[in-house]
Amino acid sequence: MANMQMNKTPMKEQDPNVRNANFLEVALGYTLDEAVNEAKRCIHCKNPACVTGCPVGIPIPDFLAKVAEGDIAAAYEILSNANALPAISGRVCPQENQCEGKCVRGIKGEPVAIGRVERFVADWAAEHGVSNLATAPANGHKVAVIGSGPAGLTCAGELARMGYAVSVFEAFHTPGGVLSYGIPEFRLPKAIVQREVDNLKKMGVDIELNMVIGKVLTITELFQRGYESVFIASGAGLPMFMKIPGESLVGVYSANEYLTRINLMKAYKPDAETPILHNKKVAVVGGGNVAMDAARCAKRLGAEVHIIYRRSEAELPARAEEVHHAKEEGIIFDLLTNPIAIEGDEQNHVKAITCIRMELGEPDESGRRRPVPVKGSEFETQVDAVIMALGTQANQMSYAGTPGLEKTRKGCVAADDHGCTSCPGIFAGGDAATGAATVILAMGAGKHAAKSIDAYIKQKG
Amino acid sequence: MNKYQIAQKKPLTPEITQISVYAPLVAAKAKAGQFIILRVSEEGERIPLTISNAENDLVTVIYQKIGGTTLALDELNEGDCLHDFVGPLGVPTEVEDLGRVAVLGGGLGCAIALPVARALHQAGNQVDLIGGFKTKDIVILEEEMSKACTDLHICTDDGTYGYHGFVTGKLEELIAGGVKFDHVFAIGPLMMMKFACKLTEKYNIPTTVSMNPIMIDGTGMCGCCRLTVGGEVKFACVDGPDFDGHKVDFDEVIARNATYKEFEAKAKEKHLCRLGGGAMNG
Repeated sequence: MANMQMNKTPMKEQDPNVRNANFLEVALGYTLDEAVNEAKRCIHCKNPACVTGCPVGIPIPDFLAKVAEGDIAAAYEILSNANALPAISGRVCPQENQCEGKCVRGIKGEPVAIGRVERFVADWAAEHGVSNLATAPANGHKVAVIGSGPAGLTCAGELARMGYAVSVFEAFHTPGGVLSYGIPEFRLPKAIVQREVDNLKKMGVDIELNMVIGKVLTITELFQRGYESVFIASGAGLPMFMKIPGESLVGVYSANEYLTRINLMKAYKPDAETPILHNKKVAVVGGGNVAMDAARCAKRLGAEVHIIYRRSEAELPARAEEVHHAKEEGIIFDLLTNPIAIEGDEQNHVKAITCIRMELGEPDESGRRRPVPVKGSEFETQVDAVIMALGTQANQMSYAGTPGLEKTRKGCVAADDHGCTSCPGIFAGGDAATGAATVILAMGAGKHAAKSIDAYIKQKG
Repeated sequence: MNKYQIAQKKPLTPEITQISVYAPLVAAKAKAGQFIILRVSEEGERIPLTISNAENDLVTVIYQKIGGTTLALDELNEGDCLHDFVGPLGVPTEVEDLGRVAVLGGGLGCAIALPVARALHQAGNQVDLIGGFKTKDIVILEEEMSKACTDLHICTDDGTYGYHGFVTGKLEELIAGGVKFDHVFAIGPLMMMKFACKLTEKYNIPTTVSMNPIMIDGTGMCGCCRLTVGGEVKFACVDGPDFDGHKVDFDEVIARNATYKEFEAKAKEKHLCRLGGGAMNG
């Protein structure tokens, strides 16, 4: 019997005024009873729209049915067959725009909390030692994956399942890409990333750290070393700045730097060897998930934090849940506001930011109303740090100079929906191909590329 | 030999040490002007060091014991392994036959000037290598440097050895004596590079500097190492570390490099305390 409750079964969270001073996970997850209760809200539509909203095509009603029956191990098998990293996507997917956005229950109430149940199933499996690591017999073919972020890990997992010998090359000393350096501990505990990586290793995936492809070995050399195919999943790349005066003052960070210091290098711990400035008042420029992450980190390090965003709340690109959490934690949103300069003191340290008010004009090519400066509305705010979360531009280090490899106008690898590039045998996906996007889109790209790589190698014979 | 094992360790002065690390893939690719990033331990900081030499599967770097990480690094001995060692990073120095060139090395910068001078010399240039040190006792790599150039000029700030004065003084003396340099390479402390560029600007000599801003990933991801060159933001890790010295905003880099000065001082103090205060008590 379906549970016809209009609202999602609530998930416990740390109190906002407690969590905004620690780095422990914000959302605490469902109990078994809560997960079963929520899974029963699925009414099993004949044509489940939720599945079409999922970039990795999880058979959502099937795994929810198993959860509703209380057979979590069976649910995990269905889930993990379709999705290599369920504990991660259950936490960081923008479900409201994907599966849950298409859920029929969402028309007259809240959609089924698919993400929360997904997370529960993945965590339950880990706690109970249930895994899904079966692989086909080794087929003798070698594939190289550049980058161990969500696209690379997913592709490696899919290929390992099919029997390929996969080597993943990671430039950093820790695998995970943006899952490790970017997304904060309180949103995605690093132990969970490590658990998913360990599972891939158990499936035979070889992960080589400290390997900057393009520098230590080129893609051409990877082929010479016997890899029959290469998947480029090297991520989004170079952080962008606004090109306003004062951006090189001491105390101006890119969000990537700020987050890397805190997440990867653990600078939030008092005894960390990597330093970070502990600021009093911080301006974070941008309105995406990365801006929310940086702002919530700065808050946890003790600062008063302002998000500065040039459009209005409706246009914030961040996931609704991140905005909600940020507000609960006391982040202040300065909307319809745009920085025009950063002021420094005699030591070249940030002392203030000058902004101008904006109003929304006619829609631009993105379909969103274009923000226009309000003449004469400049104002200065005292801050001692500014974090720029404006997105990234292509970093071609791993693939520059690869003969015949075509790039997009923005310098990303030109790849189709199947991950195919202009070079036979070379595939690409995730942010390296699309520019900065989401974890789940990268995972979807990894999955599609694995299929294409398999087809390529089989047809090559 | 094991991955990232220290094959040789040689103190050059009480403050400066040279290590050669087993890293065959890095050694095979490394060129003059490039750098590596290393970590000493699992929780350690990532620090960039410019490659001083690379051959026979070994990569040689030289460090000065100035912060917590370099002090921790110095506790390792031959046979010990580094936790991480990644490279070669950055764009190699453009080595071509330019004619007559001066290579300026300041202190520890001489370790980096050495492979640049050697490569330029091998490319057919007449190379004046000008190495500057505070005092005679801390002169390093003299023999290696003399082999890597046409003429070696050692300078000391206090006049205890060689030319009495800064490298810029020696350079100006050579220019005044009628030497026409086609290009100058300046590698060392930011102040030294800044003043070298002021001098060469006066004489209109193209000048390349090797920048060493604070860095984390070294692959263009974090933007920490950005600097302004000719009014544009450049990342030292992927666009450099070599830049046209006449276009670099040195004052900005000098300020940015002091960002964590207090933290570094504390880290050093903490480290020395842990060692029983030996070095602090002399």
